[in-house]
Amino acid sequence: MESFRNIQFSRAELARYDRHIIIPDFGMEAQQKLKAARVLVVGSGGLGSPLLLYLAAAGVGTIGIVEFDTVDDSNLQRQVLYGQEDVGRLKADAARARLESLNPYIHIRVHHTRLTSENALDIVREYDVVADGTDNFPTRYLVNDACVLAGKTNVYASIFQFEGQVSVFNYTGSNGETGPNYRDLYPTPPPPGLVPSCAEGGVLGVLPGIIGSMQASEVIKVVTGVGEPLSGRLFIFDALQFETRIFKIKRRSDNPLNGENPTITRLIDYEFFCGLKELKPVREITVEELLIWQSSGEQFQLIDVREQAEYESANMGALLIPLSTVSEKHYLISRDRKVVIHCRSGVRSARALRELEDKFGFDNLYNLKGGITEYLRVIETVAS
Amino acid sequence: MATVIIPTPLRKFTENNARLETDAATVGSALQSLSEKYPDLRRHLFDDTGNIRPFLNIFVGEDDIRDRNQGDTLLESNTVLSIVPAIAGG
Repeated sequence: MESFRNIQFSRAELARYDRHIIIPDFGMEAQQKLKAARVLVVGSGGLGSPLLLYLAAAGVGTIGIVEFDTVDDSNLQRQVLYGQEDVGRLKADAARARLESLNPYIHIRVHHTRLTSENALDIVREYDVVADGTDNFPTRYLVNDACVLAGKTNVYASIFQFEGQVSVFNYTGSNGETGPNYRDLYPTPPPPGLVPSCAEGGVLGVLPGIIGSMQASEVIKVVTGVGEPLSGRLFIFDALQFETRIFKIKRRSDNPLNGENPTITRLIDYEFFCGLKELKPVREITVEELLIWQSSGEQFQLIDVREQAEYESANMGALLIPLSTVSEKHYLISRDRKVVIHCRSGVRSARALRELEDKFGFDNLYNLKGGITEYLRVIETVAS
Repeated sequence: MATVIIPTPLRKFTENNARLETDAATVGSALQSLSEKYPDLRRHLFDDTGNIRPFLNIFVGEDDIRDRNQGDTLLESNTVLSIVPAIAGG
């Protein structure tokens, strides 16, 4: 956030924000913080509509919108940001027009794209706070992971039928302690098909209005530092019974992002993580076949995708390209001869192989079955 | 009797009951007896190996049972047990 103390207001803005500024616990300083803030809203649907309307009205200085979809007739029952005349229009464009007419003193940035593992970190890093109003599990985990990796607070809400949930994830308080994130609450996603989406199960139109407004309120609290954000707590609302409950949530030591032994250090394939994508089998070669290639003078390149330290402890004379760097170093990999990729056991090399095939269209790659572990075992057996 | 609060997505398996009473002594046995009474609920509460599904959060009062004693967490007569599934709509 740019220094809020330099933020100035025109006479028109002062008139507009008067009811904020006169609240004793809010005042000019909170209003300056709002104007200095950059907030990213992911998804401008049911939750995104009230979120964007209230954040714009409140005077958040820069609001980013990530949305690829167009306005559909079935949206208008709850997505109050749009009117009949917007049907067929890109949501992000319609949203920008509406928000600019609501508040001409703020800046709206649109990202006409799906949030993906490739673009999420770059987009998220341009903002101070993220509000997740997306509508599917893969994107929920993607938004969460991107926020944790980029060190941003993720103001979370989700809805289904008559029920809503709100929390503030990855929030670092004034004591310097960071609260839980989505993976602390939901370590693994439900298997596909078990939990229906709103498109399948429906949602009461006013519910995102209620829950999205609470989400906007939490964004404003996080930005201004006023009040106690809903960090370490999960709020749930059942409109049918009119029942609200707040539960305590804690950080987990086995959180793969920021627990004791983090295993996720960059964004992953979230469709696959959520079981929505079958892994296609990779072409494999056994150690025995590899030894025949070597003895018969077959031309091939050998690549090791383990880490430097593992390579130094034992290697097969391969070119070392650690898994995390295969995409940027793909040009080092042959296209005019066979290429055998190995790691310790065959798991990382299979991932490298898929990545290279999917991103760069390689069709000459073989995964060494069992990796260097199997290779050393076979060599020893042969030697004895 | 402890009370079990059934979330909206699972009410279709409990004859639309939002609250059920249980005299079970622990969280695990309460969920077991629920799925005996409503067999269609079982696969939504337990995985194939009989463990509580990890995308379900079970709270006793305001505490996550993962922070208490998991399925062995004791229920008192006035305990409110909440089943909170992951939902993703927006």
